[in-house]
Amino acid sequence: MTSARDWLRTDRLPHIYCTGCGNGTVINCTLAAISGMGWERDETVFVSGIGCSSRAPGYIQTDSLHTTHGRALAFATGVKLAKPDLNVVVFTGDGDLAAIGGNHFIHACRRNVDMTVVCMNNQIYGMTGGQGSPTTPMGAQSTTTPYGSAEAAFDLAELAVAAGANYVARWTAYHVKELTKAIATGLQTPGLSFIEVMTQCPTNYGRRNKQRRVSDMIEHMRTHALLIEKKRRLESEGTPIPEGMFTVGELVRRARPAMGVRR
Amino acid sequence: MSRIEFMQGNTASAEGALAAGCRFFGCYPITPSTEIAEHMARKLPKAGGTFIPMEDEIGSIASVIGAAWTGARAMTATSGPGFSLMMENLGYAVMTETPLVVVNIQRGGPSTGQPTRAAQGDMMQCRFGSHGDMATIAITPNSVQEMFDLTAKAFNLADRYRVPTFVMSDEIIGHMRERIVIPDSVETVSRPPLAEGELPFAAGDDGIPGFAPFGTGRHVHVTGLTHDERGYPDTTDAEAHDALVRRLYRKVESARREMADYEVTNPDAESVFVTYGPPSRTVQQLLHDRQDEGVGHLRLRVVWPFPEFALQEFADAKVFLMPELNMGQMAREVERHVDQPVIPIPKLGGELHTPAELASVLEAHR
Ligand SMILES: Cc1ncc(C[n+]2csc(CCOP(=O)(O)OP(=O)(O)O)c2C)c(N)n1
Ligand SMILES: [Mg+2]
Repeated sequence: MTSARDWLRTDRLPHIYCTGCGNGTVINCTLAAISGMGWERDETVFVSGIGCSSRAPGYIQTDSLHTTHGRALAFATGVKLAKPDLNVVVFTGDGDLAAIGGNHFIHACRRNVDMTVVCMNNQIYGMTGGQGSPTTPMGAQSTTTPYGSAEAAFDLAELAVAAGANYVARWTAYHVKELTKAIATGLQTPGLSFIEVMTQCPTNYGRRNKQRRVSDMIEHMRTHALLIEKKRRLESEGTPIPEGMFTVGELVRRARPAMGVRR
Repeated sequence: MSRIEFMQGNTASAEGALAAGCRFFGCYPITPSTEIAEHMARKLPKAGGTFIPMEDEIGSIASVIGAAWTGARAMTATSGPGFSLMMENLGYAVMTETPLVVVNIQRGGPSTGQPTRAAQGDMMQCRFGSHGDMATIAITPNSVQEMFDLTAKAFNLADRYRVPTFVMSDEIIGHMRERIVIPDSVETVSRPPLAEGELPFAAGDDGIPGFAPFGTGRHVHVTGLTHDERGYPDTTDAEAHDALVRRLYRKVESARREMADYEVTNPDAESVFVTYGPPSRTVQQLLHDRQDEGVGHLRLRVVWPFPEFALQEFADAKVFLMPELNMGQMAREVERHVDQPVIPIPKLGGELHTPAELASVLEAHR
């Protein structure tokens, strides 16, 4: 069996990520889950769009397709349907997936193409320097929301559930064990598996939103993550859910008809 | 045994693709190209291929590029508005040297324009439509037979040169029904394979790197960023960018003699029509009616890369006349290669020039 390290494209290092960025953690958890599956590198393809998060496939020693902004899922659909024997894993960001790529996102979930999609949601367009994205929380500061974001944010995981993905989970870069397990479950589930990972972007989010230190951001994720089971319980009790909390855990695991499943 | 049929141009294009081994079709319907997708939807699954209706044309060309990297011959078909949506990903295909075929059944533009009428208004777009410098291949059928033959040929050109190749047809040829001979098999040229120990984006003298499909253990990193021979991003080195863009440009431009495909009629003529696509049929009619050796005809089947040497075949030419279903797009290209006057004869609205219309322009410039 391989280890996460065996999957790294070491001659591409060092990587472009800033000190304290959560993306490395997500890549590590993903590769750990993949090596746990016993997958072969020669049979696995990573696909991504454009953004810091989408640079991940470039650091992995497999075939990889670093595509255009927002379109990763459409490219991945072509790869998987043309050659279902390949394992397809997509890395994407909140902007890539939910802004410019929103249409491909819902349709990929609807088709339920057999692939695993890992979204690094740092609530910001990181690569372009910190502009507000569709997941930037209301009131948050970014270079394009200097008076605080006036828009409601998307809940990406709920969107994937509504659109039909067979497996949907959300964790954070703090919850590495749970995250790795969720990705592994996603890899095992036929159909589209969507794992949203809340990640810290200290450079372009934390710095402008009173979370100056990386540890502030991680602490924020730890203290604001609410287990989905707990949320449901609070709701059924009629207990109000505290402001600023977001749910983590497994939102759905089901067996809707899927496309591109290896024969 | 070859067989004879009476077929629509769009169907013939789909049949040509199938004969050439196309096994992936991503689509989003648009008039007047839709029959190609519909035919593929019926036929591809039976041929062991994949047909996928995508959510838009950005997605359909993206899926085609993804499929092409698994080694499949892959294509899509569209028209003006859809072609416009594909531009960014077509630039990606150029940059990543992804072989694929797009059939554009041109209709009147700009914008939604004339969905059911013919035009040739995208001839510059297929060459210059995506951002950055690039070279592509475009071929222009003028009959149902050529919809079959040239679509099949487009796959060979795409694979040989690893570049997106466009079948630039139009509503007239796409929707016309004619007699067609379907051959038993068509000639196929494969992608140059990636040699053992060779880097995935290193090219020899012909400028074309070897291709290793996904899943064959070569661990190719494909990116639209400026990259080195390993395929690794190298986005700030001026020389790396210069070398890559020049190679992508030259591998197509320097092969234009190899790719050239044109017909010459009356090479000693002084008045020469230069055409591609359906206006060539009006000129053929005119020449048939007149039997005048003073009138020549250069009919292009490959327009990009442009075969400027073909113009020299008319050593005595005094004037070049260019009927096009646009405001004079390829006339500008011809103009920069010759000293003689080039007379654009634009026709907009969806109908072909009549022989009489061409005759009057001809007489006016004799
Ligand atoms: C068509 C297009 N529009 C805009 C851009 C510029 N751009 C590059 S990355 C990016 C945002 C990326 O945000 P996200 O997907 O959240 O990734 P992150 O960098 O935060 O990981 C944008 C807008 C582009 N590359 N292409
Ligand atoms: Mg982001």
